[in-house]
Amino acid sequence: MSFGDERRRPPRPAAHELERYSALFATRTGRMRSSVMRDLMAVTDRLDIISLAGGLPDTSLFEPRLFTAAMERIADGATAAALQYGPTDGLQPVKECIVQIMAEEDTRVAADELIVTTGGQQAIDLVCKTLLDPGDVVIAEGPTYPGAVPTFCAYEAQVVQIEMDADGMQIDLLERTLDQLAAEGRRPKFIYTIPTFQNPAGVSMSLARRRRLVEVARERELLVLEDNPYGLLRYEGDALPTLRSLEVPRGSRDGGEFVIYVGTMSKILSAGIRIGWVVAPRPVLAKLNLGKVSSDLCSSSLTQHFVAAYFANGDWREYVNAARETYHVRRDAMLDALAEFMPAQARWTHPHGGLFVWLTLPDYIDTTDLLARALREHVAFVPGEGAYDDGRGHNAMRLNFSSVPEEQIREGIRRIAKIVDEQLALYGSLTGRHGAAPADDAANELTEELAPVLELPRRSGEGARRSRPA
Amino acid sequence: MSRVAVLKGGRSLERQVSLASGARVEDALERLGHEVVGIDVGGDLFTALHDCAPDVAFIAMHGPGGEDGTVQELLEVLGIPYTGSGVSASARCADKVLAKHALRDAGLPTPDWVAFTDTAFRDLGAGQALDAIEQRLDFPLVVKPVGQGSAIGIKFARSAQEVPAAILAAFSYDPKVMIERFVAGRELAAGVLSGRAGGAQALPIVEAIARDRDFYDFTARYDIGRTRFACPADLDAALAARVQEVALAAYELLGCYGFARVDMILAADGPQILELNTIPGLTGTSTLPQAADAAGIDFDELVGRTVELALTRARSTV
Repeated sequence: MSFGDERRRPPRPAAHELERYSALFATRTGRMRSSVMRDLMAVTDRLDIISLAGGLPDTSLFEPRLFTAAMERIADGATAAALQYGPTDGLQPVKECIVQIMAEEDTRVAADELIVTTGGQQAIDLVCKTLLDPGDVVIAEGPTYPGAVPTFCAYEAQVVQIEMDADGMQIDLLERTLDQLAAEGRRPKFIYTIPTFQNPAGVSMSLARRRRLVEVARERELLVLEDNPYGLLRYEGDALPTLRSLEVPRGSRDGGEFVIYVGTMSKILSAGIRIGWVVAPRPVLAKLNLGKVSSDLCSSSLTQHFVAAYFANGDWREYVNAARETYHVRRDAMLDALAEFMPAQARWTHPHGGLFVWLTLPDYIDTTDLLARALREHVAFVPGEGAYDDGRGHNAMRLNFSSVPEEQIREGIRRIAKIVDEQLALYGSLTGRHGAAPADDAANELTEELAPVLELPRRSGEGARRSRPA
Repeated sequence: MSRVAVLKGGRSLERQVSLASGARVEDALERLGHEVVGIDVGGDLFTALHDCAPDVAFIAMHGPGGEDGTVQELLEVLGIPYTGSGVSASARCADKVLAKHALRDAGLPTPDWVAFTDTAFRDLGAGQALDAIEQRLDFPLVVKPVGQGSAIGIKFARSAQEVPAAILAAFSYDPKVMIERFVAGRELAAGVLSGRAGGAQALPIVEAIARDRDFYDFTARYDIGRTRFACPADLDAALAARVQEVALAAYELLGCYGFARVDMILAADGPQILELNTIPGLTGTSTLPQAADAAGIDFDELVGRTVELALTRARSTV
């Protein structure tokens, strides 16, 4: 039987493109892709999942009375202004709060050296918008913040990732890469780094490397994009200076500033208010401001007033201290649970602060697939591949310890460890057929050094399944 | 006009697609004048159905739970008419291996395969049979989780070295995996609709063409712009008729009802059936609605007749 009897209009031309809109999309959207992970994560909406996948601060720690007090203050003195547009570069009182926050990490800036942005994410986007032409090279850590990769891709950048070890980005590797790029006639526009409690790896760049990075940037006249969302969330060890604070003082003969600094209120006050900031050399700052006009005119006046009122009402450090104590206990709970439950083949980082642990499994386990299995056990994590733009990270995962209580962290890790055990056993029975240890095991003879945790070899035979544009 | 509960979402990995399908179906039902109640399926489904007491349920769920007979069984128990295939056809099609056995037994073309459970590998040492399996099927091989819809969890192995990791990945999605001979060819999908007066009709064939000449993976399937679809596929009349004939035969053999999409590879020697989807995607970029549209059946009519068929079946079985 055919469909002819129900036909009411002539058939469309052969090879008619059903994808009606695809011809209208800009070329760059070809690199903006949704991921399997996004579809998997949709399932975590369900409340009964223990999610170690977020990057979320625990906003339940924020006392409602502080929220009320700030809002009352706005209602009493600034209702009309809070409901109005504001200046593109941000409200002056908010800039002054930011100056205070940065001073907490011994980083001196003036209020007119920064602009307020809609979250740190907008600052990254504006920097890309201002600096990148299609095909330009961006240097990033490997792994890097999974939320930055789509931004770099949206501006059609080539992302070159520099491997890290327990002391952060390996600057000697960086210099070799820069030489190599120079030999190819390519000059990166900027080096993106989260030097302190890196997302997702959890490690921090050593002081020596920080100094060297700032020098490299000055010598080669490259910008460094320093993203510092977690600097104040330290649970052990001594504070490390920001890259921005290590720059040669302005006005000196060496001259020139090469660090663009991005900060955010997300981890020290609220992620929901979407307030971040960017500090940049003045000529760059002027361009960023123009870029912001076209993006959103100004960040929310209401939430900027909220920040100003909150800072005026009391000591903002109290909440940061409370959050730090809570996260410290949760980090310990996660490290304890990992030590208790994870098989010997698993390796993980020991973060001194921040929100994340990076865990690496044998090469033959794909963590995106493993997430599907984990969701059946009602637990979630972030598969590592999103932290790379080159197919690496498939056997790693990011675990967040800030957003769920200790007992759930422990249970979540127990469940993940159980399925990892299950996969290891299955792999053993699959490869035991030849009576020899699988070749991959050699690569997993790891030392106790942290370095191998982060050095992810390119996957052999990485082929069609996950090919990416060159 | 009826009160229609649209069941969508759920916990399968195709939750997002299902929510999109469901929203589009709800819009169509409202335009048709029905009273619509959307239900995001979770642990409270029984209560939700009890409270809304629908005349009929439109199941817009994909993957395990919604497409495999589970929800259908519950609706049977509650005596609520529902759209699409019944319990047994849903269960047979959702299990790719059961479907392939039925097709093979009936002489319909489907690529060679071997299926195993994780228990077989772990407890019976089936891993030792891998060499024999590889020899029998030859490379490249396709490794699939048996019960997953869409292209989720599908891996290709080009050599013996790649097989264990591919199997491991497939087991992440399902305790049963299938190793299938890879068949090279054009990727076709044939929608089939049951007729109001009985029988069924095959819709114009849709061809999926990957833009980056890559394997057609899960991402490509849902990403606008990465795969383009041609409808009707550029096939000569005799070949198109043969493909439709095979799709229709599979639909009837497995006892599908309402609608289904038959995924095939057009190999050198003709079409090979990969799987049947008893609740194909109904989103703006899904192939079944587009194929129906090419046959002069717009989306509202597709939804409307699917609901009518559900009511017709319920009346005939009372």
